[in-house]
Amino acid sequence: MKRRHAEERITRIWAFEPRTKLEIPLFTAGISAGFPSPADDFIDRSLDLNEFLVTHPSATFFVRVEGTSMIQAGIHPGDILIVDRALEPLPGSIVVAVLDGEFTVKRFQRVEGKSFLLAENPDFVPVAIEDRTQVEVWGVVTYVIHKA
Amino acid sequence: MNKIFALVDCNNFYVSCERVFNPSLAERPVVVLSNNDGCIIARSNEAKNLGIRMGHPLFQCRDLVERHRIAVFSSNFSLYGDMSHRVMDTLARFTPEMEVYSIDEAFLSLEGVCSDPEDYARRISRTVKQWVGIPVAIGIGPSKTLAKAAARAAKKHPAHDGVFDITSCREETLSGIEVDDIWGVGRRYARFLRGHGIVSALDLARAPDAWVKKHLTIEGLRTVMELRGISCMPIDSAPAPKKAIMCSRSFGRKVYSLEELQEAASAYTSKAAEKLRRQGSAASFIQVLLIEFPFNHGFPKCAVSSLKIPVATAYTPELSGYAKTLIERIYRPGPAYRKVGVLLSGIVPRGQVQMNLFHPSREGPKELALMNTLDRINTRWGSGTIGYASSGFSRPWWMRQEKRSARFTTSWAELPLVKAS
Repeated sequence: MKRRHAEERITRIWAFEPRTKLEIPLFTAGISAGFPSPADDFIDRSLDLNEFLVTHPSATFFVRVEGTSMIQAGIHPGDILIVDRALEPLPGSIVVAVLDGEFTVKRFQRVEGKSFLLAENPDFVPVAIEDRTQVEVWGVVTYVIHKA
Repeated sequence: MNKIFALVDCNNFYVSCERVFNPSLAERPVVVLSNNDGCIIARSNEAKNLGIRMGHPLFQCRDLVERHRIAVFSSNFSLYGDMSHRVMDTLARFTPEMEVYSIDEAFLSLEGVCSDPEDYARRISRTVKQWVGIPVAIGIGPSKTLAKAAARAAKKHPAHDGVFDITSCREETLSGIEVDDIWGVGRRYARFLRGHGIVSALDLARAPDAWVKKHLTIEGLRTVMELRGISCMPIDSAPAPKKAIMCSRSFGRKVYSLEELQEAASAYTSKAAEKLRRQGSAASFIQVLLIEFPFNHGFPKCAVSSLKIPVATAYTPELSGYAKTLIERIYRPGPAYRKVGVLLSGIVPRGQVQMNLFHPSREGPKELALMNTLDRINTRWGSGTIGYASSGFSRPWWMRQEKRSARFTTSWAELPLVKAS
């Protein structure tokens, strides 16, 4: 009785229109029929250069080199330097320093209690930090990216 | 155990970001402009001392700018966003419990991480300055509201050298802070309080509970408790997803044609949809607004139109389709338009969308994958790398940013240059 009542009230039937396909995988992992790879147990994740080159991500910046004064330190025009600001400059560190309002890359050195910024190219003269008022070490260069 | 909160607040954040990559700006007055280069939204201390006010339109202070060689920058949000992440990541090393409160502020819980909060805060401040290059002020207190007040004092009085703990001199400090400057007290309430003789933060802290609750609601009472040193607001380390996402911008010039307005609406919708997907949500309601240029200094006319989306979605083409239809509905030829805005609301988690029998969702697995790919490409190669043609190519209406600095930290082509000479 109820059913008949319901049938009487159907006035229109909407066609079902499947517009999307739902795919359900049968197995989540493949089953191999052959001999299992002997390397399976030795698979590591792949290598990530960031992990190797960047110790302090939030303090690490990339900069590009202009000029030839550091050529003997293997730093060429157009190279990208990885600069870590979390590191303290030690004697012998290559640093990005601020000289007269500009960034410059030099080797930081101490000789007889005096600090110097040295070029690595015989054509350039060293800068003694004491002589200049406006010198500040911005960060320490940790790697040089040079296109082979 | 008493709670210890620290509020870390970056000093003149946008200006400080510019200075990290442009050392010649040290000690020079610097300002940063809003989108479209209209108003001043950040000032260096030198610019503040010259009398440049926050929100001041640039054209009104051209004289000052020229006379004092003030360096002017368009806003560079790619840079500020990246620098903000760096500051927050650095801060996160100092505490297990932290709340990123805004692009340049964070609350840190210092409970159990140090024996001398002031000394610890100085270490935090030094580390952020050295690692990221951004100077910060830090306020310490037994509640978030007091930490905020302390940070204000730390900035204001050079003697504190950027770090101030309010705990041992709470009353004295509060008596020097006006009610208008208390965190959580709006301008309307401040006027009301002044009318009742409550002028300083200390006056408010001493107001009777019942009176406060009656006139300032429970929220106000919470602020009062916090001023007394009773913490009522915990660190909120996982902010709730946004309930509505708005993307609107003023045009770089007057816009008249429907096509350009639709292009802009489509571009802003893409941006809003991207944010929607990033927080894993879908929208079930879309609204666009269209603002005309004010005529003869009159009140600008604004038209609004909205629609309910049959099945909540985060699929860009569907959303921008709606936005364009809505713009068409309210557009009238003739007036010059200044601004288009798109608001997505009725936000639901993307996995819990209510299906509709008569409107099959257009966002199937294929569309989902497409959006994922789009977002990944734009994350990896920079926002706007790929997008929909309906958002326009040349975008003559796009905001003016004539003095934007380089994206020093987010684009390989714009790295800072260092001289080897």
